[in-house]
Amino acid sequence: MDLSCTDEEEAYRARLREWLAATLPGLPERPDPLDWPARRAYDCGWQRRLYDAGYADTHWDASPTQRLIFLEETERAGAPYVGANFVGLLHAGPTIAAEGTEAQRARWLPPILRGDEVWCQGFSEPDAGSDLASLRTKAVRDGDAYVVTGQKIWTSHAEVADWCELLVRTDPEAPKHRGITWLAMPMDAPGITVRPLRTLAGSTEFAEVFLDEVRVPVSHRVGEENDGWRVTMVTLSFERGTAFVGEVVACRRLLGELARTARKNGTWDDPVLRRRLGRLSAEFQALWRLTQANVSEAQASGGVPGAGGSVFKLHYSHARQELYDAAAAVLGPDALDLGRDWTLDRLSSLSYTIAAGTSQIQRNIVAERILGLPKGR
Amino acid sequence: MDFRLTEDQRALRTGVRELLARLFDREALRSAVSAGRLDRDLWRELGDAGFFALRLPEAEGGVGLGLPEAVLVFEEAGRVLLPGPVVATHLAAGSVPGAAEGAVVVTSVDEGLVPWLDEADVVVGDVTGAVSVRSVDPLTPLHRVPGTGGCAHPFRPAERLPTTGAAEATLLTAAEQVGSAQATTDAAVAYARTRAQFGQVIGGFQAVKHLCAGMLVRVELARAAVWAAAVTGDPVEIAGAKLLADGAAVRNARDCLQVHGGMGFTWEADVHLHLKRAWVRAELGMTAARAEETVAAGL
Repeated sequence: MDLSCTDEEEAYRARLREWLAATLPGLPERPDPLDWPARRAYDCGWQRRLYDAGYADTHWDASPTQRLIFLEETERAGAPYVGANFVGLLHAGPTIAAEGTEAQRARWLPPILRGDEVWCQGFSEPDAGSDLASLRTKAVRDGDAYVVTGQKIWTSHAEVADWCELLVRTDPEAPKHRGITWLAMPMDAPGITVRPLRTLAGSTEFAEVFLDEVRVPVSHRVGEENDGWRVTMVTLSFERGTAFVGEVVACRRLLGELARTARKNGTWDDPVLRRRLGRLSAEFQALWRLTQANVSEAQASGGVPGAGGSVFKLHYSHARQELYDAAAAVLGPDALDLGRDWTLDRLSSLSYTIAAGTSQIQRNIVAERILGLPKGR
Repeated sequence: MDFRLTEDQRALRTGVRELLARLFDREALRSAVSAGRLDRDLWRELGDAGFFALRLPEAEGGVGLGLPEAVLVFEEAGRVLLPGPVVATHLAAGSVPGAAEGAVVVTSVDEGLVPWLDEADVVVGDVTGAVSVRSVDPLTPLHRVPGTGGCAHPFRPAERLPTTGAAEATLLTAAEQVGSAQATTDAAVAYARTRAQFGQVIGGFQAVKHLCAGMLVRVELARAAVWAAAVTGDPVEIAGAKLLADGAAVRNARDCLQVHGGMGFTWEADVHLHLKRAWVRAELGMTAARAEETVAAGL
């Protein structure tokens, strides 16, 4: 039970804090959250600054503790979030770093770190959401390429992405978890049609992607043919295990902001509301501690987060939705104004209990993989 | 940073678990329920094992461990529903002669309630006018002290942060709640893996699985909060840990009862003992209302 950092880590924290204080005032104004091309440019610009200052490698090369410090300090300072670089930095990057060849690491990781290339996630299909292993997009080997045909959906950032981490079925005869392969697909390849989907928040952050005989070189395969499910589980454990770390810190900052607003507008005098904020604050503090516990476990077991990420995500996704509901209670009629960040974030938060595995699926994972209850319906 | 237990802490936890399995097994629990009295031999054995002297310096005959280790020990106590004012006696070791050795039973006035008053040798606090309560928990006799604490003042101003001693009592009580929440989770899972209905074990049904998963989430979150609060000793973090631990112990006991079905509603099933003790502990140390106010004041 040690929560302290080494002198070296504290020095890193101090350096980073100083750099953030000097850099953040010079950032351009944030773009309209509904304008994805502008958001891509902004997010990549921020990533480039991190790269130039030597802070870009925290997502897979730094020690987990250093990564926590990075996320804690950038969030505390109100720095931009990864945004359009989410898939590259938190899914595809760590997966390629863990499972890719030397050549693949050299080809794909630096552009992600520099903010030169944006990735999207091509996992889900219309009939393979929660039941991801039922995916049907097929890839047929033709010489040195796979020829891919099918449809993906809920593909985050597809509109602005250069690459797609794509799951395809390479062996239709194998049991459904076997015959799957993980490919890196260039989004400018012939045969790709992207049709943006409008979310209930009005944003086009994800899309349907139609694939018509798209040729993907065999050298773009990460892991072995038909071993994509295992590779994917690595990706998903990152998604559930550590991808939300920064957001917990953000929630603690948002709660502080909310308390200041409540004290200003008088709602703080309502004991019911005040106590509700107190409970949420206790929950997010505990979620932060649980994160530290999960990261400690992951560090000890070689870096890949375990099923503990599902425990975290289950509570986090609901708590975050409750945070926005509490915010609405503090803001009153202002919570109906789409011009407020709070309102847009409240709408976006409705996806948290669905995306990256629904709460119902996460409960199955916890019950089966941690508690050892039998598989069933 | 490595939040995991150290080798020594792991060994301590295993040692305490084995000790309690020997000193206070299920049979002892059930006969304690029937007797309704404090077992002085057990108390002395706990003292011999260092249960109360855990945090006293070795020069004073103690074990010289810290709050994180105490939290692990009290988690085990909560797991087996160890009866008696263990927290008050532990905190009195070093100031009340005999407490460290388990020769003396010490209780304290807490939120207007006094557990085990008739059995205690020493009481910390003023018990003038204390009246006996027919306690909901068969293993925690209670007295109420009129005019102090309790539900009359749920919104006491938050600047009244707990003193160090009170904060430690709150944290150790929270640790017991985590142990109880873990025990009811284990019991529910064990039952769900063996009890069959409709031709399969009920743990295969999603409705049951999801209850169990929710229990694990609560206990893991509360445990992370309690362990961290033991490391930082921060009063606001302790208040938050108590809040989550109370919730985990009470709600997990209820869900455990639900998983057990009709069996869970019987006196023979241990789950009601966990639920009732969890209710009592939730009123001790720091109530939910005060914990929420304390954490809110830290915002």
